[in-house]
Amino acid sequence: MEQIQIPPVDLAVVAPLITVVGWAIVLLLVDVFFVPAGQKRITGYLGIAGLVMAGAVAAPLWGSDSSTFGGMLVLDNFALALTWIFLLIGAISMVIALDYLPRQGIEQGEFYPLIMFAVSAMMLLGQSANLIVMFLGIELLSITLYILTGFAYPRLSSEEAAMKYLLLGAFAAGFFVYGIALIYGQTGTVQLFSTAPGQESLAEYLGRQTFAAVDLTLLLVGSGLVLVAFGFKVALVPFHMWTPDVYEGAPTPVTAFMSVGTKGAALAALLRLLDMALPSLQPIWLPVLATLAAVTMLLGNLGAIAQSNVKRMLAYSSIGHAGYLLLGVMTVSERGVQGFLFYLLAYSLTNLGAFAVLIALEQRGEAAWSLDDFAGLWQRQPFLALAMAVFMLSLAGVPPTAGFVGKFYVFMAAWEGGLGWLALVGMLTSAIAAFFYLRVIARMFMQEPVRDVQPQLFRGLTLGISIAAAGTLIFGILPTLLINVVQQTALAVGR
Amino acid sequence: MLTNYAFIGILFVVALSFPLLPLIMAFFLRPKRPTTIKQSTYECGLEAIGDVHVQFKVQYYLYAIAFVIFDVEVIFLYPWAVAFDQVGLFGFTAAAVFILMLFLGLLYEWKKGALEWI
Repeated sequence: MEQIQIPPVDLAVVAPLITVVGWAIVLLLVDVFFVPAGQKRITGYLGIAGLVMAGAVAAPLWGSDSSTFGGMLVLDNFALALTWIFLLIGAISMVIALDYLPRQGIEQGEFYPLIMFAVSAMMLLGQSANLIVMFLGIELLSITLYILTGFAYPRLSSEEAAMKYLLLGAFAAGFFVYGIALIYGQTGTVQLFSTAPGQESLAEYLGRQTFAAVDLTLLLVGSGLVLVAFGFKVALVPFHMWTPDVYEGAPTPVTAFMSVGTKGAALAALLRLLDMALPSLQPIWLPVLATLAAVTMLLGNLGAIAQSNVKRMLAYSSIGHAGYLLLGVMTVSERGVQGFLFYLLAYSLTNLGAFAVLIALEQRGEAAWSLDDFAGLWQRQPFLALAMAVFMLSLAGVPPTAGFVGKFYVFMAAWEGGLGWLALVGMLTSAIAAFFYLRVIARMFMQEPVRDVQPQLFRGLTLGISIAAAGTLIFGILPTLLINVVQQTALAVGR
Repeated sequence: MLTNYAFIGILFVVALSFPLLPLIMAFFLRPKRPTTIKQSTYECGLEAIGDVHVQFKVQYYLYAIAFVIFDVEVIFLYPWAVAFDQVGLFGFTAAAVFILMLFLGLLYEWKKGALEWI
């Protein structure tokens, strides 16, 4: 009998991924067998421990630049940096959920393993060098998020959000698969770039073509469909309709988690697709993406102005921030990749913190998220007001916060990439955005309390907000700490 | 080359006309004496009792999902079993991990009470 050839498997490439997935599966069982009801925060502690452990497992892999499973998964510094960002996002989301869940009466141990599964899906997206693996990652991420969105089960808004998200997400998945099919139809491969000599891939295929001679319609239409699917996941503007409703209805820690995690993971995968598989088609896709980014920044921020509900306002502003992140994605340059990573970390810390402040204002059953509820917060809870001020300034992009450095970085990448007008649109919309971010600050510090809202702080929440605020300030004042790391994160494999 | 297709075309025409011709002929030849009962839509079975929108147990879905999972497992295991002597230790480990994961899922399901019919 002839042996079937199995490509060599380098488990080091997937070690952080296996750690998270394995821990999550075991945690699911530990939770249901050993953790008594009402004590589910123990599961949370164990989940955070798992994420920290995965981060430690990933540490020695820095600079290894390897791939496995026939090149379907890669591990370069870009993927590793993303891995750490996603682990951090997962850990902070769990920390701020520890007290939120029992207080809302929706404490179920499954919350924490589900977050871990979602984190593993994001890591998979960051590491994928193959369209099929990308699809796998997007689906795993989406399915866990559908469940998490509907986690506040008896609350109707949460169920509505989950339903909307499911329907539109399934639609987007259809676009993605059809796009992959068309791309495969033209090129005969779903691999983004070759990791071994002689391996067929999109980059190889395009490298062989002389564009005048070949009809690339199928490939272009396929890529367009894939872009639409990414647009849905990231909430770029023509595909953003679901975002405000879903973000408002979902339990707040989940909103925090997906407003940063999903965007980061999907855009990272898009970045790999554009930068490493289709860079030679840049003249074709750049105008499309630039228009999308401009419209996203404009409409996201203009939409946020009209909101009096702060959670909804943050949902709209997160649409705008997807536009800023897109600036780093579309400039095929080291600066763009670095800017994307820096902006992603800065935005993640800031947005997680801002949503954590909302959690403190959320009583059981009723949410106090209108602008009036923020009035006079400084007098009642100075810590919360100060932290919220830091987050709002960072989202607006005011120095000395991480948000400013991140914006500076991506605008510079766009400028150097010949997209000066887009950088200008970015600055203009940042100025618009400053209005509604500063409005919250003005309410907190310059007004007397309007309503009797008692913000409640718990240890986990305080810790989460403190970490987010400290990170936002430290990376704002000493950005070189992060820039030195980020500068080592070129997309190395296959270049 | 083209004549080969002609046979398929002839077959197609014959196959289509075979059921259509009797119907068309019957339409012209038959006597037409319509009555109300003859023209009403054909229905069979008993008169419906009660509301159509009955609620049935969500447990059906749980059973269905559990069934589908293990159904798919079997589909995966067939080719594995056929190629068992060719995939070596790696193939064996992969399948073992796969079955282990499903088993852990089943454990979770059992402990959660999803297998009990309430």
